[in-house]
Amino acid sequence: MSDQPSILPLAIEGLSYEIGGCRLVGVDRALITKGRRTVVLGPNGAGKTLFLKLCHGLIAPSQGTVAFAGGIKPAARRQAMVLQRPVLLRRSVAGNLRHALAVAGFGYLERRRRTVRMLDQFGLADLSDRPARVLSGGEQQRLAIARAVSVEPELLFLDEPASGLDPSATRQIEEILLGLHADGLTWVMTTHDLAQARRLADDILFFHAGRLIEAAPADRFFAEPDTDAARAFLESRLFW
Amino acid sequence: MVDSTMMLSSLWDLLPVRDPAFFDIILLSLKVTLTAVGAAGLIGLPVGAALALGRFPGRPILIVIINAFMGLPPVVAGLAVFLLLSRSGPLGQFGLLFSPAAMMVAQFGLVLPIIIALSRQTIEDLWLEYREQLTSMGAGRLRAIPTLLWDARFSLVTSLLAGLGRAFAEVGAILIVGGNVAGFTRTMTTAIALETSKGDLPLALGLGAVLMALTLVINALAFAVSRLGARFAG
Ligand SMILES: Nc1ncnc2c1ncn2[C@@H]1O[C@H](COP(=O)(O)OP(=O)(O)O)[C@@H](O)[C@H]1O
Ligand SMILES: [Mg+2]
Repeated sequence: MSDQPSILPLAIEGLSYEIGGCRLVGVDRALITKGRRTVVLGPNGAGKTLFLKLCHGLIAPSQGTVAFAGGIKPAARRQAMVLQRPVLLRRSVAGNLRHALAVAGFGYLERRRRTVRMLDQFGLADLSDRPARVLSGGEQQRLAIARAVSVEPELLFLDEPASGLDPSATRQIEEILLGLHADGLTWVMTTHDLAQARRLADDILFFHAGRLIEAAPADRFFAEPDTDAARAFLESRLFW
Repeated sequence: MVDSTMMLSSLWDLLPVRDPAFFDIILLSLKVTLTAVGAAGLIGLPVGAALALGRFPGRPILIVIINAFMGLPPVVAGLAVFLLLSRSGPLGQFGLLFSPAAMMVAQFGLVLPIIIALSRQTIEDLWLEYREQLTSMGAGRLRAIPTLLWDARFSLVTSLLAGLGRAFAEVGAILIVGGNVAGFTRTMTTAIALETSKGDLPLALGLGAVLMALTLVINALAFAVSRLGARFAG
């Protein structure tokens, strides 16, 4: 991995995504920086999911560009995504990992080696032979992250990785994310949970009604937001 | 325990086991149908997957036609294969008519549309569910095919069993192209159809019982497979 030139920073310019003439996402400029924990924040329906899919390349922008450093179009395995509702295959836990590694082009021995490592690292070793889809929500989410990380991407997108999980499973996921960051993975995650954003973010991209209206380091964003919409979002949280 | 053993042995006495033709007929039926369905599966599953994921003009029409062929009356299939294999037909020079091979061809033609149509539907539904995930992982349509075939394995086995059930029970097609020649092309269904009226009632009844048992086994298998599949579907 390290011998390849980095795909970061990721630069987004003049981005717009429209369906039927209706503009769902608009981003004038944004930068995803290597080593920074970027949190895409905003209420439900703000356009966070669409923005992440545009960055990942699952959907194509109507206008504008999403450009990796040096103009590379990276192979799928260099930037992975954990979808808001990850689809686990109808296989065992280990089978899901092996499949992802096979798709990414790893050979048989390497697949086995990495599968074992991922199972250990994500606390899934005891579950390795279970059908993946009968796992609990927290376990499924851990597997989804393990699967995305198994191919050693440089950049990982996570769409609401802890939504719908109980507090302890949420904390587990957050610890995993912090650990991955410490190991050198750059990630971008979305959340509508203010407290979670405070716990995890270096940089905030704040979305409102489909537009990126604030991009700032987390401490500045939380201390003195520039926009009324962001202030309202921060305050409504305080009053509850 | 004793009771059921006694029941089984008295059932056994009822079967025409001393009639050597009895087992030959069953064996031939198994051979013809298993070969035909095996070949139809080998070809039908990949074709069904390709039809599910492919994008080409005329695809909807092709799907409708293949779906329609699922309900093809066996006698019509038999007639078509008969014309194909008869001496003046396009494949007449091989002299296959009234042979087990001809019966395999007829059942193959009968079962193939079933397997293609059912597997196409199964795989297309699964693709809809998996598409975004697989695309994100870097798997295009072509790479998705083996993934989908494996993840649909339980439903696909059920389609094969459906084909098997239809082929075992079918009489029209193999009667026309096989001719019910004793010791050569006489199968369970053709024997029942033609030997009953000639008065060989014990043979017909025995074969009928075997057919029923086979149907039961196929359905039990289908049930077990779908239960197993439900476990993996979560
Ligand atoms: N395929 C689509 N067609 C029409 N509208 C869509 C589509 N996908 C998303 N939207 C709309 O775009 C907006 C942003 O959606 P999304 O990115 O999912 O929001 P978030 O993830 O921030 O909750 C929502 O109002 C949603 O209804
Ligand atoms: Mg969302």
